[in-house]
Amino acid sequence: MDEILEILEKDGRTPVEDIAKMLKKKPQKIKEAIKKYEKEGAILKYKAVINKELIRDANSEVRALIEVNIIPQKDVGFDKIAERLYSFAEVSSCYLVSGTYDLLLIIEGKDLRTVSRFVAEKLAPMENIRGTVTHFLLKKYKEDGIILKHKEENKRIAISY
Amino acid sequence: MKNIISKKVQDMQPSGIRAFFDLVLGMKEVISLGVGEPDFVTPWQIREAGIYSLEEGFTSYTSNKGLYKLRLSISRDLKNRYGLKYSPEDEILITVGVSEGFDLSLRAIINPGDKVLIPSPGYVSYGPLTELAGGIPIYIDTKSDGFKLTAKLLEKFMHHYPKAIILNYPNNPTGVSYTKKELEKIKQVILKHKLICISDEIYADLTYDFAHTPFATLSGAKDRTIYLSGFSKSYAMTGWRVGFVCGTKEIIAAMTKIHQYTIMCVSITSQMAACEAIQTGRVCVEEMKREYKRRREFMFDNLNRLGLKCIKPDGAFYFFASVKKTGLNALDFAQRLLQEKKVAVVPGTAFGRGFDDYIRISYASSLDNLKEALNRIEVFLTKGGKGG
Repeated sequence: MDEILEILEKDGRTPVEDIAKMLKKKPQKIKEAIKKYEKEGAILKYKAVINKELIRDANSEVRALIEVNIIPQKDVGFDKIAERLYSFAEVSSCYLVSGTYDLLLIIEGKDLRTVSRFVAEKLAPMENIRGTVTHFLLKKYKEDGIILKHKEENKRIAISY
Repeated sequence: MKNIISKKVQDMQPSGIRAFFDLVLGMKEVISLGVGEPDFVTPWQIREAGIYSLEEGFTSYTSNKGLYKLRLSISRDLKNRYGLKYSPEDEILITVGVSEGFDLSLRAIINPGDKVLIPSPGYVSYGPLTELAGGIPIYIDTKSDGFKLTAKLLEKFMHHYPKAIILNYPNNPTGVSYTKKELEKIKQVILKHKLICISDEIYADLTYDFAHTPFATLSGAKDRTIYLSGFSKSYAMTGWRVGFVCGTKEIIAAMTKIHQYTIMCVSITSQMAACEAIQTGRVCVEEMKREYKRRREFMFDNLNRLGLKCIKPDGAFYFFASVKKTGLNALDFAQRLLQEKKVAVVPGTAFGRGFDDYIRISYASSLDNLKEALNRIEVFLTKGGKGG
């Protein structure tokens, strides 16, 4: 992977000038490369990673993993049904997986009822859906490579040879 | 009281900057560019291997030379990466970091009065340990050659009839390293005068612009080389204290004699973790190296902008920068920067005589820290600086 992407993946707010210095390139070149990645969709967007455990009003948010068993359709396989599912705003992630079920959804809602209602009223009755298993998330430890903990204290001694 | 301390130890010069170190350690919220170890924590799978070995009850001694499994892994790794062949049976010894390996090397080969060449600036322990082993250190000032030892410079010291020379590349504190071509020239002199080369290559994996060449891989050099390396810098394992030394059967046997009485063996937990490091740690090494390299470019650009002149290091994670322009000597510069701006660097005087104009800046620190430190140094230089 291009080092520009490696740097931005770690910190999306790294200034272009700093990246240019680190990679020994002209800032203009870095700017152009980033523009290109954005245009191609390789860089989709920049967002803050928020530890919601620390934010009071966001604590009420509920997330669930849902295993979905489906009957594939002729010609389009799983794609058409997947599209119908992931188009719902409540679905934050949607994956086709191997194993005992077919689609894995991650659902977000403001409370338990919202999520339950989505499963009961939207998902379960849908044609071609054989069954669902819902797992409510209880605690988040790590997400997208980031461990959700308070900043660790420095353990190195401050000066050494 | 003084009489109970041996003459040899009494004669050892205490480090001139011990007081400065104490000052740094006593201060809170310092941004430190004075650290000689990685800012990364040992990769988890390596830590986990150490923990697992404890759970499984591996708490005993190992053989004096170290776990055979580890020696075998090192042997294979050196062969795969450098084509360097050392037998795990009798040509590799596991040591408590390079520090112990270095001490053993000297004690195994030095007779009282033997001379040892030490390129300067260099790591702090080389001189004192040479003296402790009964040798006489002879320092080669490399300042005028861009901190690089050259064959020509080395040849000038042959009238001392030295027994050994210490090489350290990439170098602490300058970051200077050598290409194969440059090493070949140095080797010619070493072989011609039948020196033993003690080669400390602990920073080898952090070489940024060209491939690292172990001294022992040069043709004809292996039998005259004591090759020292370890896990501290590449795998961010400084606190585990595990390194190794490779050499001829005779040298390793001699070193093992001392090692078995003084150390017995390296901690088994550390040895177990080191096995894991070799087996699965390369990906992490490469990732850390890329990160250091980016910081190096970032720092080089900024230090030059601030007028702290330095050569671009080939490896390790240090800049050896001149503070001459500020009108302050290294210790004053470091002390004032610490007290006024809470940024720590190491005065060059720690690494040899004649480096009063230099400071060692370590970039083994997060980019955010480096940026903040640079900001503070900039303010210090524009407002504080000379006499202000």
